Amino acid sequence: MAMLEVNDLKVYYGVIQAIKGVSFQVNEGEVIALIGANGAGKTTILHTITGLLSPHSGSVVFEGTDITKVPAHKIVSLGMAHVPEGRRVFAQLSVLQNLMLGAFTRTDKNEIQESLEEVYKRFPRLAERKNQIAGTLSGGEQQMLAMGRALMSKPRIILMDEPSMGLSPILVNEIFDIIQSVSAGGTTVLLVEQNAKKALSIADRAYVLETGKIVLEGEASVLMNDDSIKKAYLGE
Amino acid sequence: MALLNGILAQLLNGLRIGSIYALIALGYTMVYGIAKMINFAHGDIIMVGAYALYVFVSLLHVHPALAVVLTIGFCAVMGITIEKIAYKPLRNAQRLAVLITAIGVSYLLQNLALLIFKATPIPFGSIIRVPSITVGEITISGLTMVTLAVTAVVMVGLTLFVNHTKMGHSMLAVSEDQGAAKLMGINVDRTITITFAIGSALAAVAGILYISQYESLLPTLGALPGIKAFVAAVLGGIGSIPGAMIGGLVLGIIESMSKAYISTQLADAIVFSMLVVVLLLKPSGILGKLSIEKV
Ligand SMILES: Nc1ncnc2c1ncn2[C@@H]1O[C@H](COP(=O)(O)OP(=O)(O)O)[C@@H](O)[C@H]1O
Ligand SMILES: [Mg+2]
Repeated sequence: MAMLEVNDLKVYYGVIQAIKGVSFQVNEGEVIALIGANGAGKTTILHTITGLLSPHSGSVVFEGTDITKVPAHKIVSLGMAHVPEGRRVFAQLSVLQNLMLGAFTRTDKNEIQESLEEVYKRFPRLAERKNQIAGTLSGGEQQMLAMGRALMSKPRIILMDEPSMGLSPILVNEIFDIIQSVSAGGTTVLLVEQNAKKALSIADRAYVLETGKIVLEGEASVLMNDDSIKKAYLGE
Repeated sequence: MALLNGILAQLLNGLRIGSIYALIALGYTMVYGIAKMINFAHGDIIMVGAYALYVFVSLLHVHPALAVVLTIGFCAVMGITIEKIAYKPLRNAQRLAVLITAIGVSYLLQNLALLIFKATPIPFGSIIRVPSITVGEITISGLTMVTLAVTAVVMVGLTLFVNHTKMGHSMLAVSEDQGAAKLMGINVDRTITITFAIGSALAAVAGILYISQYESLLPTLGALPGIKAFVAAVLGGIGSIPGAMIGGLVLGIIESMSKAYISTQLADAIVFSMLVVVLLLKPSGILGKLSIEKV
């Protein structure tokens, strides 16, 4: 049984259908990439998985439990964290306060402290800036904070929405290294990206989304050499 | 020397009435920050608080200290109830619909009070019996001291609560980004409920202090302090807690100075033109947030 199953998901914004029957699975330990052009529906899918949007039909099953109707604020304590598009850090709060909000549903103070140390070890720049107001961080630092904040919930699966958006190539590499190391640490990753090349380079499998439909799926290494993918997404 | 003493006395007056505006403004600003709505019925909670105190003290003969606690509790429950019944169903509605509903709630509360207590003003002596003190040539009334002390305690307490408790942080998170707050596991509906409870409790405190000063009950008594406190909240920067505090105090001082040195009749006009001036110079208010976004 897959860790996360999305079954025939259909999502509307008013009368406009953004997702037209999407199904995919994420197995424990995998890095799954969901790639597609701007407006394909990637963010909509992630928002529906974590309850920020309700689907018209279809279901989301996480570790055997149907979470389709579970409200968004009850998702994180099930072991699923979502790093939203555009980071969405709490700009007026400090780095530390942001990180502690990531652990909002956890109660054991010692364990939270341990997670904090781990996050600081993974993102030394956050440790250096722990009392800085999040809104004054650079884009890359805000991305790190958003990821660190999600990791503070000790998730078994982490959903990331375009972590490389707007970052310099060096920072993009840094962020992808971190995603790989998060994965190596045992956390399952569902990665949404427009940067198909980078996403495919670290993913096990991938799904290609076009205007609300999955048009292609398979091993990342195979997709990387697929001619249509090369043409449409890899700029070759 | 007489002039200086006069100014000092007016400053104290201004701080007293400004404290009341600040307490009310906090409710406007917190609810705006969290629920993104102007709760125009907020001023009427002051009236509800004043009548509740009267009922407990004069009709039910409850000990004044207990009556204060009961009044605060009553208003908090009232705020929660209004939010549940009138505003929650409109969570995703247009802003205009919410605004009109809030005005409707305001009229409902005033007319309920009219129905129950009639239109004739009810005299109601202050429950605050603290002797005045004289420092040099200035006499400070007991009511002024109590008002300033209570407001100071509330402000410090609220600031500590918001900045140093988990609940406070979750309120700040919700006020910035409801979606992201939900992803943290924060129950946004519950946070909004708690905000309404706190705002209404503060309005109750303001109502108690206000009625101790005016000693006369009317169903519309909350309207004027309510609208001035709203001005104070906008003046300080709507959504900002320290802004509401400063806005309220500044407004009170301007009002009392205008009354003493310019014109009693024009005092309110001066207060409202201050709003226009500040909004022209700094549209987000004195402490209004500049949204910081970086790529
Ligand atoms: N809040 C919204 N209201 C209406 N349409 C929306 C909204 N958000 C997204 N859409 C539309 O839904 C489609 C999918 O958008 P989105 O999920 O953001 O795509 P992606 O993340 O792949 O760029 C787009 O056509 C977009 O215009
Ligand atoms: Mg997107």
